[in-house]
Amino acid sequence: MSRLRRAWLVALALLLASCGGGGPWQLKDIKGVVPDLAFNLTDDSGRRVSAADYRGRTVLLFFGYTNCPDVCPTTLVKLAAALKDLGPAAHGAQVLFVTVDPKRDTLEALHRYARAFGSHVTGLRGSAAELRELAKRYRISYSYGTPDASGNYDVTHSSAVFVFDAEGNARLLVMPDSGEKAIAHDLKLLLGARQG
Amino acid sequence: MSGWLAFLLPWEFSPLAAALALGAAVAFVRGARRVPPGQAVGVARRIGFFSGLALLYFVMQTHFDYLSQHMFYIHRLQHLVLHHAGPFLIALSQPQAVIARGLPARLHERVLTPAWRHPLVQGAYRVLQNWLVAPVLFVGLIYLWLTPEIHFYAMLSGPLYHVMNWSMLLDGLLFWFLMLDPRTREQGALIGLGPRIGLLLLTAVPQILIGADIALATHDLFNVYGVCGRAWTIDPLEDQQLGGLVTWIPAAMMHAVGTLVVLSHWMRSK
Repeated sequence: MSRLRRAWLVALALLLASCGGGGPWQLKDIKGVVPDLAFNLTDDSGRRVSAADYRGRTVLLFFGYTNCPDVCPTTLVKLAAALKDLGPAAHGAQVLFVTVDPKRDTLEALHRYARAFGSHVTGLRGSAAELRELAKRYRISYSYGTPDASGNYDVTHSSAVFVFDAEGNARLLVMPDSGEKAIAHDLKLLLGARQG
Repeated sequence: MSGWLAFLLPWEFSPLAAALALGAAVAFVRGARRVPPGQAVGVARRIGFFSGLALLYFVMQTHFDYLSQHMFYIHRLQHLVLHHAGPFLIALSQPQAVIARGLPARLHERVLTPAWRHPLVQGAYRVLQNWLVAPVLFVGLIYLWLTPEIHFYAMLSGPLYHVMNWSMLLDGLLFWFLMLDPRTREQGALIGLGPRIGLLLLTAVPQILIGADIALATHDLFNVYGVCGRAWTIDPLEDQQLGGLVTWIPAAMMHAVGTLVVLSHWMRSK
């Protein structure tokens, strides 16, 4: 029992040391807390893709849907603005927008939507099972509201953007209240570290 | 498969949890058959033990666990069972001797008894069950995991989430076995019946405080649920208020019931 307790304390201390204070980051540090980037989905041009296809780039993984009235457009606009701040360095970054509403979001709709937020954004779509697996891996959730008279419904979903480095390790979390400046600051560091 | 059956399947299967639950149930049934005449295990004890075990299994190894990961007040209900209701019912049924009788003799005599009597295990047990350490640990764990920053990472990280839940379960078992021991100090209990009444009432106070603090907060303290997505659409503050009430009222009630149980042991000992 005492050994078990000690193990908890050590685990906790390590975690707090790696997550809490210190470090150059302005976003939330999730190194070692969240699993590496891994998925099997279809991109908005119809190609089957996995995490390996994005190795070497800083990936910003975000879950949403194209009919989303608030969180998704504001987040994507914020990410686009942060990437613009980075200038040419932004070419090393890739935003992956995974739809949590594959029923309504066709590949074409997803493609149009993603491009509207810039060339760094790619829409991804999966089968119900692929999406469920991905959500479970990152411990995120989505659920569908009751459709109104014309069949429209809201989707409750995660609002965070998971940031992965070029090797696919989870590094940072963009929170709903993270500012464009903080995002640009941290992405610059992450992209710079890759080149250096 | 129908919705309810699917709901009863594990969300994240834990071989350890399944093996412990099954092992405890089988050992209890076997042990209850083997007790000498005159010491038969009464219906109330059987109901207490199996309802406690079933509650624990339900919150850990069904899709209830999924809801607990994505809704603050369901998470608080899960911890109410792990830290209070489940261990309370099991401790109330005093199953130790029955389970020991139902275990395979070799496992009992060659592994568990020597391990239990090992000085390190006994020393650690004495420390954890000390009259000051046990209540501080019991309340401290609640405060620890409800610290917003720590809570955030516990909900984001799979391994830390399991450390959180197992720590609540183990501490719940330690605490309620200590508190609900029917024996007096002279008969071998670690803490006397009178002092236990005081400890039970005292430990309820910080739980009422933190529960009320959460229930009455006017801003979102635990934003991880918004960040990771809630299980269904609910106003974040409403979710938080419900969670605060669960932390506050049923937990305090368990302490009141515990006090009555100890009081009845005390009356009987007179």
